[in-house]
Amino acid sequence: MTVADVITAVLLPAGAVFCLLGALGLLRFPDIVSRLHAAAKAQTLGLMLILVGTAVQMPLRYAPVLLLVVLFQLLTAPITSQIVGRTAYRVQALDRGALFRDELADRLARDGTPVDERPPREDADR
Amino acid sequence: MTVMYTVTLAVLSAAGLLTLLRLVRGPDALNRIVALDVVLTMIIAGTAVGMALREDTTPLPVLVVLALLAFTGSITAAHLIEKRAGLR
Repeated sequence: MTVADVITAVLLPAGAVFCLLGALGLLRFPDIVSRLHAAAKAQTLGLMLILVGTAVQMPLRYAPVLLLVVLFQLLTAPITSQIVGRTAYRVQALDRGALFRDELADRLARDGTPVDERPPREDADR
Repeated sequence: MTVMYTVTLAVLSAAGLLTLLRLVRGPDALNRIVALDVVLTMIIAGTAVGMALREDTTPLPVLVVLALLAFTGSITAAHLIEKRAGLR
């Protein structure tokens, strides 16, 4: 068991456990915006651990590509969560009463696209 | 070492099944988008574990492409949902 094997033996199961926690969070959280926490954070951390564990196993010249994938994941997870959360808000897929602070309402009003109070169309696929 | 690989893949597949459960049960399309994004992240993780297991690095470009496709897919789907709800 070389040092690389020990590092991989620690990182890979830890990453898999974080992926499992992310999936559990996806199941257990009440509404879409809280599920975004689990989907973005736990998953990205799990993937990072697994990719670092894999990079250690491989010849050194392949490590930058794996770190590139980690960088992509770190860049895209926040963007995806922000856009899906905003869509859920605008499509009224979440009840706005449950929000502690709601800064998007006046932001959208300032944008000239206020969240219309009418209930969404029946066929609107929320 | 092989025990560790099997444990990792077992835990990853269990997580995948849970995500599929959310994919099936998700009340509306947005939950399914998030579930599919999570499934793609797990596919990337599983491919990486497979690469470490078999000591071959051929699927390396697949990981980069998958990481990007997961992102563009989710963004486009969210955009279409807003358009179908008449907001765009």
